[in-house]
Amino acid sequence: MAKVTIPIGPQHPALKEPECFIVTLDGERISHMDMRLGYNHRGVEKACEARTYVQDIYLIERVCGICSHSHSTCFVQAVEEIAGLQIPPRATYIRTLVAELERIHSHLLWLGVAGHEIGFDTLLMYTWRDREAVMDIFAALTGNRVNYGMNTLGGVRRDFTKEQLAEVLKVVDICEERTKYYIEVCTQEPTLINRLTGVGTLSHEDAMRLGTVGPTGRASAVDKDVRRDDPYLAYKDLSFKVIIDNHNDVFGRAVVRVLELMESYKLIREIIAKMPDGPVTVKAPRKIQAGEAFSRYEAPRGEDTHYVKANGTDKPERVRVRAPTMANLQSVAKMLENNNLADVPIAIAAIDPCFSCTDRMIGIRRGRGTGNSMRWDDLRNYGVKWYRKQGIDFTDLNRKLAKKQE
Amino acid sequence: MSALFAIFVFPGFLFLSFLGTAVEYIDRKLYARMQNRIGPPWFQPYADLIKLAAKEDLIPEEANPTMFKIMPVIAMTAVLTAFLHIPLWNSTPLIALDGSVVIIVYLLTIPTLTFFLGGWHSASLYSMIGAVRALTQLFAYEVPLLLSILAPALLAHTWSISEMSEFYSKNPLYALTNSIGFIVAMIALQGKLERIPFDMPEAETEIVGGTFTEYSGRLLAMFRLAIDMETVVGASLIAAVFLPFGLHFGPAVGFALYLVKILGILLLLALLRTVTARLRIEQMVIFCWKYLAPAALIQILLSLTLNWIVK
Amino acid sequence: MNKPGKMVVEVLQNAMHDPATTTYPAVKLVMPDKFRGQIKFHAERCIGCKACERDCPSNAIHITKVGDKMFQADFDLDRCIYCAQCVYSCPKDALEASADFELAQLDRSKLRITYHAVAKKTEPAPIAPSATAEKKPV
Repeated sequence: MAKVTIPIGPQHPALKEPECFIVTLDGERISHMDMRLGYNHRGVEKACEARTYVQDIYLIERVCGICSHSHSTCFVQAVEEIAGLQIPPRATYIRTLVAELERIHSHLLWLGVAGHEIGFDTLLMYTWRDREAVMDIFAALTGNRVNYGMNTLGGVRRDFTKEQLAEVLKVVDICEERTKYYIEVCTQEPTLINRLTGVGTLSHEDAMRLGTVGPTGRASAVDKDVRRDDPYLAYKDLSFKVIIDNHNDVFGRAVVRVLELMESYKLIREIIAKMPDGPVTVKAPRKIQAGEAFSRYEAPRGEDTHYVKANGTDKPERVRVRAPTMANLQSVAKMLENNNLADVPIAIAAIDPCFSCTDRMIGIRRGRGTGNSMRWDDLRNYGVKWYRKQGIDFTDLNRKLAKKQE
Repeated sequence: MSALFAIFVFPGFLFLSFLGTAVEYIDRKLYARMQNRIGPPWFQPYADLIKLAAKEDLIPEEANPTMFKIMPVIAMTAVLTAFLHIPLWNSTPLIALDGSVVIIVYLLTIPTLTFFLGGWHSASLYSMIGAVRALTQLFAYEVPLLLSILAPALLAHTWSISEMSEFYSKNPLYALTNSIGFIVAMIALQGKLERIPFDMPEAETEIVGGTFTEYSGRLLAMFRLAIDMETVVGASLIAAVFLPFGLHFGPAVGFALYLVKILGILLLLALLRTVTARLRIEQMVIFCWKYLAPAALIQILLSLTLNWIVK
Repeated sequence: MNKPGKMVVEVLQNAMHDPATTTYPAVKLVMPDKFRGQIKFHAERCIGCKACERDCPSNAIHITKVGDKMFQADFDLDRCIYCAQCVYSCPKDALEASADFELAQLDRSKLRITYHAVAKKTEPAPIAPSATAEKKPV
């Protein structure tokens, strides 16, 4: 067969969110891959500038469903740093507890999705059934299964009672047993091992050069973890191991995530044992003084960074979100060299892509000189002209719509 | 007149489609229960087929309409014709020919060819890849399947399935020596039916729909019905060749035993589907030629040795 | 160490157990009591400060004055993101998050809910669902 160009996406059963990977095949081998991003761009950063800080917490939280607490905490940390607020220790511990529970649910979700991509639906059903225990505890603790809404400027919104913490420990026990079983399955089931090993290899040098973060990088022996390198929340008082693996392929990424699950269970037990008493919030001002802050957070997918610039009013001047998937996507093209078409879904799923997190506006400056930016009206005119060149004219439709609105 | 009844009603088209949909329901229910879910209700296959039949058939502009439309019909015809040669509850099938085992296996190859041709003439990228994979898979499992069915035929000294059943009913212990062949035939049947772990031609997460990407409406309903019927025919073939017990108890008991055998084979197939992941196409070819074909050859050697000993 | 068919035992055991899924609309799901579902408004406690309206991220709540110390609240259920920030912003506890989550409608206009104003009593009354918030779709 001659060379064929196949689009994986934007709509494809392998991808949970739209993204376009244009793959050139030679038989079943991949010879070249192109990527197009931006299908999930919602204008979150611009919307943040028109809303107050309190409203922005909820907007930023909904950047992603799975790592919602990561984005919310990262943003609130940046704002609290600008305002110079010291949040009470019980609030940091509660935030850390929710963060580790979120890591558990995200990694269990990833395990299921990886199983689904290689056709192993049984693993999907089992891991998502166990994840339901975590979701139920979230619903009881925070009021919702995703988008927990725990953070507020100056602390957390809800306090946890001793009974609720005992429930959390029970859930952790159940999940730990099931995770041990999944470790066994991942290391012993031959079809699984055959599909995961040797796929999507990324050497250590390439991983460092392309800037991979999170479990994707740690599976290629990139020893970076924000919880240890730049401790935030309660992590300086907690002891945990950073999982480094040197398989360099999808199997290594699976191993890293599953072992991180075990570390998270230990961390949660330690957090609950060490949780101090006290208030859970301090009063925060409505208007944040001028300043800027850059905050980092270890989301389940890697290093999440937020930049906030305040100007003395109650609305931020600029909010910039860089999700971990943005850093990891650069390495997908390198990973898939010399792999088969059958490996594309699992290799893409192995970086744990969250394209809703990723799609922000990026301006690339080529060489010297300023970038090329358009005003809103210019953009609209450009779009109309482009469609007219293709032979599609919207003027009739616009006239009909205008008449209907009158 | 009775020939038309046999072809269209019993054990012909209506009976086979009824059994095929029942088998699909049981398979999906077992799959779901093993995954700790509830699973579909009993009428789900009918609901699927009726819904598909009610939808519009969309034929891609660049596809060849005649070939596109005729492939599902050929698939169903081939499967039905194969079914008429298999003995169900006693040792005489509807059409008893000399060499019927070869005819059955040959007729069962035709559906796979129709998948390939249907995918190829769909003129879509995904379906072309799926079609090529279907044909590659054919080269992998067909030889072990035929070899594993050859072994009992060798022991019985005949190619006719009715005479094979008679031979094994008289000497039931010989059927136990075909166990390796039974396992090889089960795995090869999983490959023929394109179920996980040999799901590559229709890998949903890789190539959207594979060979069936462009099919919709009535044509897809016919293809799905053809696959269901192929499941029944494959299971019946294995039951007739490797499990020839209880063939002389009369039609009612024999039919009940036939259903039990089909259910047992289905349970094993569903179990295989649940506990494995999908293989890559080259891994499957390597697996079939490295493990399945030698196992079938060992089975043939065993049968030949037994032949020589008994003589 | 490769064990083909590693999951067979577990899978067969699970086939004997009860399924983990439920037939949802036939079997009702009850959320825990602190669940953030639909927001309910107690009109007799509202003082019209509009803190909830200011803090709502999606402009889903509007308080209007209909008389002396009588305020009515209009909710857009399709705009609300159920974050319960209004519940925390209210200084008089006039808003409460209920556990009601089955809010889908076929008609868009039914998603606009109005809680009518209630004349304030001199002593605080016990909260009886029928006597306080009167829910009438507009």
